[in-house]
Amino acid sequence: MRYAMVIDTVRCVGCNACVVACKTENATPEGYTRDWLRIVVRGEFPELRRDIFSERCNHCANPPSVHNCPTGASQIIEGGLVVVDRSKCTGCKACIASCPYNARYVHPDGHVDKCTFCAHRVRRGLLPACVDACPARAMSFGDIHDDGSEVARLVRSRKIHVNNPASGCEPQVYYLM
Amino acid sequence: MRKWTRREFIQVAGGAAGGAALVAGGCFQGSAPRRVLGLDPGTDGDRIVRSFCEICFWKCGIEVHVKGGRATKIAPIEKHPLSNGMLCPRGLGGTGLLYDPDRLKRPLVREGGRGGQRFREASWEEALDRAAEGMERVGKEHGPEAMGLFHHGTGEGFFKRLLGAYGSPNAAAPSYAQCRGPRDEAWVLTYGHPVGSPEPVDMARADCIVLIGCHLGENMHNTAVQEFADAVARGATVITVDPRFSIAAGKSRHWLPIRPGTDLALLLAWIHVIIEEDLYDREFVEKDAAGLDKLREAVKDRTPVWAYPITGIRPDRIAAAAREMAQSRPRSLVHPGRHVTWYGDDTQRLRAIAILNALLGNYGRRGGLFVPSKPEIASPAWPEIGEHGPSVSAGYPLAGEGVTTAIVDATLTGKPYPIKGWFVYGTNLPLSFPNAKRLAGAIQKLELLVAVDTMPMEITGWADVVLPECTYLERFDDLYACAWKEPFVALRQPAVEPLGDSRPGWWIARKLARRLGLGRYLPIDDIQAYLRQRAELSGLDFEELAREGFQKVKGPPAFVEDGLLPVFDTPSGKVELWSGTLEAAGLDPVPVYTPHPQPAPGMLRLLFGRVPVHTFGRTTNSPVLSEIVGENQVWVHVSVARRLGLERGHMVRIVGEDGKRSTPVKLRATEAIRADCCYLPHGFGHSDPRLRRAHGRGASDSDLITRFEVDPLMGGTGMNVNFVSIEPAEA
Repeated sequence: MRYAMVIDTVRCVGCNACVVACKTENATPEGYTRDWLRIVVRGEFPELRRDIFSERCNHCANPPSVHNCPTGASQIIEGGLVVVDRSKCTGCKACIASCPYNARYVHPDGHVDKCTFCAHRVRRGLLPACVDACPARAMSFGDIHDDGSEVARLVRSRKIHVNNPASGCEPQVYYLM
Repeated sequence: MRKWTRREFIQVAGGAAGGAALVAGGCFQGSAPRRVLGLDPGTDGDRIVRSFCEICFWKCGIEVHVKGGRATKIAPIEKHPLSNGMLCPRGLGGTGLLYDPDRLKRPLVREGGRGGQRFREASWEEALDRAAEGMERVGKEHGPEAMGLFHHGTGEGFFKRLLGAYGSPNAAAPSYAQCRGPRDEAWVLTYGHPVGSPEPVDMARADCIVLIGCHLGENMHNTAVQEFADAVARGATVITVDPRFSIAAGKSRHWLPIRPGTDLALLLAWIHVIIEEDLYDREFVEKDAAGLDKLREAVKDRTPVWAYPITGIRPDRIAAAAREMAQSRPRSLVHPGRHVTWYGDDTQRLRAIAILNALLGNYGRRGGLFVPSKPEIASPAWPEIGEHGPSVSAGYPLAGEGVTTAIVDATLTGKPYPIKGWFVYGTNLPLSFPNAKRLAGAIQKLELLVAVDTMPMEITGWADVVLPECTYLERFDDLYACAWKEPFVALRQPAVEPLGDSRPGWWIARKLARRLGLGRYLPIDDIQAYLRQRAELSGLDFEELAREGFQKVKGPPAFVEDGLLPVFDTPSGKVELWSGTLEAAGLDPVPVYTPHPQPAPGMLRLLFGRVPVHTFGRTTNSPVLSEIVGENQVWVHVSVARRLGLERGHMVRIVGEDGKRSTPVKLRATEAIRADCCYLPHGFGHSDPRLRRAHGRGASDSDLITRFEVDPLMGGTGMNVNFVSIEPAEA
């Protein structure tokens, strides 16, 4: 089983509902968010194209942040979720240096913080807060190893993009283009 | 492959045994999920209060999580007809407004002259006495009609009732003359009823959607964005007319980057093509519309070739767009928009939009403009309010609502009669009105200004008495009857106790009514008893309302396909393509394109709009939302920046024609806008230092909008008529 997120860039309007939903669900400290938008406009007026990416930790299948964590705080739990155990994290930033997606930050309380795919909700059978709130229905979440899952079906159905595929990290946030 | 709903994930992942199934079902090797410290942020409430949002006028259903007496987060109501289990970023961030440390928490009374900001905190007794005495004095010396009310939001009904009982007909909402008024009057003239809110536009089933300067996606009207995203995903044709490559333009098959101020020429050319090429819905037009021949005659020369040099859009592209929208009819619509006070002839532009929709035959049709009904809510038997004399808005005979513009004018000029007192409920006039100096001049003429707000907005700085209202998360309001595909009634109820000494609007209005000897007109002492009574009189189940936050009501069909029989409350009883009402008023019975001044070389037309995380200037101080977008940026085309020797990210000032300079604002040099205009999201650059997060951050378009064109039909203030230049901000 492997949890993955699939984000439809055609549906996404870049409204930040995912960012605010995460912020209030996870009560992130002022000035920090676990997800964010990257908006790219290409071309010259009036031949233009805009791509919108809702970004966060990619919960990589091969996560350097976990491999490089000296204390075992960064770890992989059920479904491949990459999380940080606060009680073991010293805030040394080795994971931050090794994450190719800039997905981690040092919480003012001293530990590293990042997207958990809302593991606390997923364990209760709920969707991650960002997926749940999205008014454009652009986000899906589920077990990508299950061929019958919505995420697996979506990834098969369309042209997909992952960020920085050359990282070798096997990122698990897929964008439908 | 069957389509999974999002909520089905719950069953899939959670299984029949509920939350523990992930573990027990052995989805992951090992018998229990590993304990990881800090995984659960603990924001789930120990109770959930269902209510509806007030961060914008869309009023979606919300679930407020409350833990230990504190609201922790806000989620959508799953089955609410507007939320559908989803919420926009502003609604999700509502706790930011609730816990904003800058909120008004005590009544304030002015010390010293108006304009200087010297206030002292007062008791409610003193503040209410002062407000009521001021109103009495205005009434005694100038007549009750000398009090004007500016209002916005769900609580406004109590204050409209108060002003009516007091004896004044002069209540008006900036959402009319500074925003949606022209489209509502255009619809009244054409179809016999206003568009209404939320806009009854069935984008969910439309095959072609035309947006005229309407930037869905940046305008986060929840259900509209849901339906728009669905339409885009289905592959519906989207045609966006906008000088800027908006989010919606980026989703469109046709983006027509029109020269600002020329939309009406494009619309007339489209009408021309659709009539001349016989693409209109003949059956609907022959049966239900009047005036086709006069319309045909009026647009016979309005060809795409005629429109090309005016709009800058190639004739073949104009014609192609017209043919595509006609091909998809009746599942084809031109969105009426929301903020449409642009150039002063806005009702005529919206008339053209109404006419175009009629030619597409989409009235009451699936994928077109549906015709919802508002649930009737009965009222208790309160004393009737007597007849008033004419309002100051009477100078705009076609205005169906009070006209703020007329109240400001009457305050300044004393004509048709003087307005001497303003009561302002929930609207920040300095950021809503054009020409701040003129507005300040009107305010200086007042003998009384009372403001009710939750935040120290600029208008409160001008008030003599400031009455702090509690937020929508801390109060009951009146029942909300919503006309939508499935009509429903919603209940606003408090999730937490009011902070500080803030009080609900109904309580403030009630206390003032009693002081003015008008208590019998607003006899509410127990708001819950009043709401229960209204609900029960209307055949609603108050317990269900309180539990679910809303209740669906059976209404007549909203679609022809479901049995709707369209009735048009116009003089002819038909859709009026040609308007006798307008001809009798000496106005164009069919819209006529009038050229508007264009900027001189080197100048840019100032356009304004929204960012998705904010509602006007009301949310830019929110601790949650200001963190996401804390300041605006001014968009200019890269060639303009290059000419000025500026780059993206430079700090600049925007300079108005009269020399007015904005606060410093970041330059967004981009390909995504025409070179003859600039674009500034609205609601930033607050000037009141009590708004500690928003003060001085970004620039205020309102400060630069010194010129405006008044719509002769309904008093709307066209505000896209200001030309500005850009200069580097001093280091």
